[in-house]
This record gives sequence, C-alpha cells and structure tokens, in this order.
Amino acid sequence: MVSGAGGGGNDVQWCFSQVKGAIDDDVAEADIISTVEFNHSGELLATGDKGGRVVIFQQETENKSQPQCRSEYNVYSTFQSHEPEFDYLKSLEIEEKINKIRWLPQKNAAQFLLSTNDKTIKLWKISERDKRPEGYNLKEEDGRYRDATTITTLRVPVFRPMDLMVEASPRRVFANAHTYHINSISVNSDNETYLSADDLRINLWHLEITDRSFNIVDIKPANMEELTEVITAAEFHPHQCNTFVYSSSKGTIRLCDMRASALCDKHSKLFEEPEDPSNRSFFSEIISSISDVKFSHNGRYMMTRDYLSVKIWDLNMENRPVETYQVHEYLRSKLCSLYENDCIFDKFECCWNGNDSVVMTGSYNNFFRMLDRTQRRDVTLEASRESCKPRQVLKPRRVCAGGKRKKDEISVDSLDFNKKILHTAWHPQENIIAVATTNNLYIFQEKVN
Amino acid sequence: MSGEVEASTEEQQEMQDTVVSPEKAEEAKLKARYPHLGTRPGGSDLLRKRLQKGQKYFDSGDYNMAKAKMKNKQLPTAAAEKTEITGDHIPTPQDLPQRKQSLVASKLAV
Repeated sequence: MVSGAGGGGNDVQWCFSQVKGAIDDDVAEADIISTVEFNHSGELLATGDKGGRVVIFQQETENKSQPQCRSEYNVYSTFQSHEPEFDYLKSLEIEEKINKIRWLPQKNAAQFLLSTNDKTIKLWKISERDKRPEGYNLKEEDGRYRDATTITTLRVPVFRPMDLMVEASPRRVFANAHTYHINSISVNSDNETYLSADDLRINLWHLEITDRSFNIVDIKPANMEELTEVITAAEFHPHQCNTFVYSSSKGTIRLCDMRASALCDKHSKLFEEPEDPSNRSFFSEIISSISDVKFSHNGRYMMTRDYLSVKIWDLNMENRPVETYQVHEYLRSKLCSLYENDCIFDKFECCWNGNDSVVMTGSYNNFFRMLDRTQRRDVTLEASRESCKPRQVLKPRRVCAGGKRKKDEISVDSLDFNKKILHTAWHPQENIIAVATTNNLYIFQEKVN
Repeated sequence: MSGEVEASTEEQQEMQDTVVSPEKAEEAKLKARYPHLGTRPGGSDLLRKRLQKGQKYFDSGDYNMAKAKMKNKQLPTAAAEKTEITGDHIPTPQDLPQRKQSLVASKLAV
C-alpha cells in the first residue's frame, strides 16, 4: 500500500471512513466543533468544542490481514480544557469555547498540546498508564491501610499490567496576557517558544514560563477612533524560528523577523494584492478580511483564506499571490443577504496536504473544496450522513449559479447557510482528512483498490 | 437639456456597473434597505463591535443567575432543590451549585 506522498486531489477518490457525533438535528451549543488538528505524526486527531471540551482520537494500528480496512480513529482521551469565566472588570462573559489546539512535537512517551479560549492558553500533558504497582506491605489492593499488627512478612511490590488508562493533566496555564480575544496560537520550530495573537497584539511565550510574556506586535492605535484593522491570524514559519506572519482584516499579511527588533511593529515584508479602485464596494473590505493563514510544509509558500477565495503566496513575492482559487464565487451576487444574516463574517480555515500539492477549505451546505495546485483542478465534495456507507466514494457536487439547473446540480438559493464547514484538517503524511460540520466530525480516506 | 444628458450617462454607468459587477448590485440593494449604512465611519464601527464580542451582564450576580437559568433548561433532571433556590432569587455563595459547565461528556466521545 502506497502511503506517504499525500498528493493528487483529483485522481484521488475520496471515500467515507467514519463519522463522530450525534445524528439528531437538535444541536446543543456546547457540541459545536470549534477546532480540529492532527498531531505531527497524524496518529492523533484532536477536536475542541464550544463547551470547552477536547476529544482526542487515536489511529488504530493497521490490520495487516485486512488492507482494505484503513485504520480507524477511536476515542483516546477526552477532558474539559476550559471553563466559562466572568470578567469582573468588564462585566463580560469569557467563553469556554476552544478557539485553537496546537500539538507540540513529541519528545518522550507523553503527548503535549496547547489549547486556548479567548483569554487563556493551557498546556496539557496526555500520558498513558498501563501498569500499576501491586503488593504493598502496608496497604490493601483497594487502598485501605492494613492493621500493622497483622503483618508478619515483607514482600517487594511489583508492577503488574493494567487496562490502558489515558490521563490528561494541565501542566501550564498561560493567563492574563490578552486584553482582546485570542484568535491564534502557533508553536515555534525551536520547540521552546510559541506565540499567541489577539485582535491587536501578539505575544511570545516560553513553554516553561507562565508568569511572563513578551509583546512582539502591538497595532493598537493611541486613539481607538483611529482603529482601521485588526489581526485575524498568526503563524510561525515551520523552519525559521525567527520568522512569523500575521494577517489582517484588510486583507494584508505581514511577515516579521524577530531578529530585527524586540517589537516587530515594523514588518519585514508586506503581502498585499493591489485592488482595482473601480471595483470597490461596501463589501470589498469585509470580504477581503483574511480568516486563516497557513505556511506550506516546505516553508516556501503561505496560503490565505478570505471570504470568497484561497490565495497562495510565494514568500519572495509581496505584490501579488502566485495562485488564486475561487471557493464559491456564486456567493458574490448574494452578498447583501449574507451581510444581513452575518454569514459574511464567517471565518473559514484552510489546510495543505502533506506534500503541498493540494489545499482544502470549507464552504456552506456542508460542502468542502479540494484545490489541486499541480493539476490545476478542483472538486467540491459534501460531508453528509447520506454518503455514510463504509468506503462509499464521495460524488463531486456542483452548484448552479443561475440559469438552467442541470440534473444533480444544486441551486445557490437552495444552499443551507447554517451548515458551514469552517474547520478541516489533513493528515501530515497520508490522504486522510478530518472535516468538521457543525457538530459532527467526518473522516474521509483515499480510496484503496 | 444638458442635465438630462448627464443623468442618462450616469444611468448608463450604473447599468454598466450592474452588468459588470454583481458586487455593486448587491451594494445597491443593501443601501436601499439601510440608507444610513456607511454614512458613519462604518469600518471602525464593525471593528469595535468585533473587539467587544460577548454578552454584557450587569454584574457577576446577574451572570450567575443567567447561567443557573440556562442550566435549568439544559439539565431538566438535575436536583430540583438547588436550582429552585438560584433560579429566581439572588443566590448566596452556599446556594450556588459548583460551576461545572459540562458534566455531560462530548457526543464525539461516545
């Protein structure tokens, strides 16, 4: 079986593997999935939800006798990461919703991840326990103390195997460093530091130190009336530990070099596509707001997602993207109603496959898009309970923008804008993808013949 | 006379815009429904709304009462006595249930 590569979005046929979550349509707010992330090996898949809970799935080791049955992801650990809090100073609720999860590269037997809500980042250690000591002299097996007068011999306690227990414990709490709402966290390639970004500031932390944080970007104007843009996402370069980027609500991306100065308010590079002023409308700035920025695995490119498109930028070229893909251009003639129902402010994420040849992003009606960079082809697929038979191949979907609707096409007006796929993740090496609908997690795999 | 000619070139421009740009057509629709939109500095209004997201409460007591009411709705099988106390009266510390938001496990973990 050829694994690795992880290429080819379109000669790859995707088929259903698993779906997690409740079937009923009555979705409790706490069950809304807010982030999805594979770890660096792809063996673990973490989800965070609006209720502050984290669920981690583990890929089962492949069953060699049944090669068609690609390994499944089963629940490994689940814990309550964040609780709702009350900001007494502002009389505002601090939501427990998990905004982002980022895994640390594995250094020993335990796994570590960072999870964050609007205000506080936590470092969690997930460790396995499969043995326990038995045969204490002073205690019974159930923990009760033995009567010392009844002990006549001594024995050496030994470790005996037990049922696997996975424990999650909070090792660090990084709090009180953000006045505004945290939208991103990113672990540095140096494995010692990470950044956290809110609407106006970016802070640098050391993973071991919780009582101090360095502010490295501050775009808060002296007079808030002069506020023109906010930070929407930030990420460290995958190999250069001194480089990070942050995107803005105005559609620009700034690349900063921490060697240049302590406060990186002055960017090293500014990525911005020039806009045709005659095309400008009320919606222009809103739809140009970047909702996600991700470096390619090879570190040469970065991808940005705005409301209607995905853009690939070469880090060496600031004045325009090298590739632009339309995600759902048919929505351009619906912007008025999308503004009225707030959908125009939805923040879609995007992700790269393992060898940077295909990118993926979500859309409405539980559709998601695979954009193949090398073959210049794209496909729209759907995450639906109706295509849930084991190994059922996903059929490409087509949206009819106007005029005569062909068979199998769906018209723009029939799209369900409450069914949004905001969060997707791609296994770092294999063609396995995790797609989150409102409250369900779908896992799709490449069809194996 | 010249005024009319100007008006018709403007109309032509608008028609061209509609044909050329669906975005401009949508903008016209929006302006028709909300004529005051964009007359104030819309940019910073939107941004400031974004910076302050989240429901504002009068104080922490107000917040705790709202949470208790929500918990009543979400967990109807919860112990009746405790929730009766906190639902309609200002709670004292000993009356408040421990704030464990999600005793319910995630449905993904089933």
